[in-house]
Amino acid sequence: MSDIAITVRDLGKRYRLGGGGAGYRTLRDSLVGAADRIVRRQPREDLGSIWALRHVSFDVARGQVLGIIGRNGAGKSTLLKILSRVTEPTEGEAEIHGRVGSLLEVGTGFHPELSGRENIFLNAAILGMGRVEIQRKFDEIVSFAEVERFLDTPVKHYSSGMYLRLAFAVAAHLDPEILVVDEVLAVGDAEFQRKCLGKMSSVAQEGRTVLFVSHNMSAVLRLTDETIVIESGQIALRAPSATAVDYYLAAGMGEAGERRWDGDARAAAAAPFRPIALRVLDSQGRIVSQVSSTAAFEIEFEYELDQDVAGLRTGVYLSTSRGEPVWTSFDADDPATFDRLRSRRRGRYRSRCHVPPNMLNEGMFALGVNASAFRVRSFFTDERALTFSVDGAGSPGSHWPEPRPGPVRPALIWDISEVSG
Amino acid sequence: MTTTSEVPLPATSNVTLIRPSRGWVTLGLAELVRYRELLYFLTWRDIKVRYKQTVLGAGWAILQPFLTMVVFSIFFGELAGLPSDGIPYPIFAYTALLPWQLFESGVTKAGGSLVLGRNLVTKVYFPRLAVPIAPVLAGLVDFLLASLVMVGLMAYYAFTPTAAVLTLPFFLLLTLMTTFGVSFLLAAGNVMYRDVGYLIPFLMRLWFFLTPIAYATSVVPESLRWLYALNPMVGVVEGFRFALLGAPLPSPGILLASTAMASALLVVGTVYFRRMERTFADVV
Repeated sequence: MSDIAITVRDLGKRYRLGGGGAGYRTLRDSLVGAADRIVRRQPREDLGSIWALRHVSFDVARGQVLGIIGRNGAGKSTLLKILSRVTEPTEGEAEIHGRVGSLLEVGTGFHPELSGRENIFLNAAILGMGRVEIQRKFDEIVSFAEVERFLDTPVKHYSSGMYLRLAFAVAAHLDPEILVVDEVLAVGDAEFQRKCLGKMSSVAQEGRTVLFVSHNMSAVLRLTDETIVIESGQIALRAPSATAVDYYLAAGMGEAGERRWDGDARAAAAAPFRPIALRVLDSQGRIVSQVSSTAAFEIEFEYELDQDVAGLRTGVYLSTSRGEPVWTSFDADDPATFDRLRSRRRGRYRSRCHVPPNMLNEGMFALGVNASAFRVRSFFTDERALTFSVDGAGSPGSHWPEPRPGPVRPALIWDISEVSG
Repeated sequence: MTTTSEVPLPATSNVTLIRPSRGWVTLGLAELVRYRELLYFLTWRDIKVRYKQTVLGAGWAILQPFLTMVVFSIFFGELAGLPSDGIPYPIFAYTALLPWQLFESGVTKAGGSLVLGRNLVTKVYFPRLAVPIAPVLAGLVDFLLASLVMVGLMAYYAFTPTAAVLTLPFFLLLTLMTTFGVSFLLAAGNVMYRDVGYLIPFLMRLWFFLTPIAYATSVVPESLRWLYALNPMVGVVEGFRFALLGAPLPSPGILLASTAMASALLVVGTVYFRRMERTFADVV
């Protein structure tokens, strides 16, 4: 018996780019295209194509929970679609040992007119369960979803939460040998998310193989030991999840300690507030991506106001790369400052935050920004605008080469006295 | 999916190899059989949903062909005086409408099924053929309901079934083969070219007039009948009238042409569908 659940070798998927961006062709387009090819003898490949995935190879051991992370459009979904056989690869091959169940977007195949009960049967059949199997698990599914009272109501009358719970319940009870999970936890309330995560880790403990795709880094860290980072259709890194998550969060987000918003659509929508840049500066005023734990540094937010703005405050969220908040601070936190700047006139501004030495522990940190008028309007928020790293050399206790848990590393004053008697 | 694949198989005996398919593909019928549970549930869904939130419900399955028959009898039978080979016009038309409605509603529903089921096709793997097959099978329920009216009409016009009625399953099979063949072609075509969606109603109207529903085959010149019978629905309608009304057995030429054509449509439709299938999720 093999210990490998999935083997992927040199997998690639190419998509043809259609003209005009339409998702489908009309017969006329094809006829015109065919005529064109005959007359001009153009080869077919000229339409242009894009490799959504290329040269991807990896193995997944039986019983392993593997995380897959990457930006939108990096190729994660394409990979999952190939592995769950929804679409065919253009090249390469994959070997799957066991039944694959995919949990791609919950609720696929639900019919709004059918009752909860009917949809359980339908959805389970679509996911590959037999009738006997569904009947056996029916009660379990219903109680997991907490929809007992509404079993015979058409799901079109369900709240979105109920709908979601039911859908996840069906998929979670599929019991495949290999479970492919794509971003199901992005929705639902905290209570439900906890339940889903619990169900997934119990699935993993039963020795099933799980491929877990998510943008929720803390879920990835909690559920997986190892993670693959996909970038532009290729595997950029396969590493223990903590390393992979750090890599992913650092990659492409804060090149050289500065984040600019030139031509960013979201930033353009924030008018009259216009973010320009967020920077990390060392004590000499240089833009840096790494600061020393023992030295002061500055966080600078540059922005422009297209008109006078009343009650504005701009601020910074500091969090660890895992997403745990460390602190939040606004430039008008001091009441005197806020009074003085009741209205900021149009023009270009720089808000600088001075961070004292001996505050942060070594590791990766993320900076977010916010510009708002309290209880009036939030102009602009970017929770993860920039990342930077902190070097711990020389910080208190660093003469012992051991990791110190916690995001902060203050130089605290100790008083040691001998108590006699 | 009932008993066989539910038993947890030893890991190594359950290997799926995913690789680009090349050239001709298998028909994949074995896999379709393995997924018969899904086929059952999709069909069941179509039946359940078909008349949801309607007042008359399944009554529509009876009313539609019945009212069509009434209108035909008034306009084509009485006013236009189309020939019905000596059979009372209402039952003459109804016998033809029975398989025709199965064909027309099947093709119409199946033709758009893949595009309508886009959500499913792009998210979950299963044999795609199940998608257009389900609405056609669901149409069989309407067919059975409409058959009740047929029984009533036969009693009313005092038609006693003869041994010929035993050939009915064959002609029903012919109807299904044609319906499946055309459905597969159009459903797969519709994924690529949305023109097909506009083509279907138009095609059905043309096809209706090329089938002896409102008139008898006898109006078609003898020398052209073999060509005419290349429309397999000609053989079907003639066959239904033979089996139920005691009309003369369709000529061997008609039977042969229609059966051959129905088989060809089924094979071509299935092969085309299977060839296009691999790109469905990317294109639909």
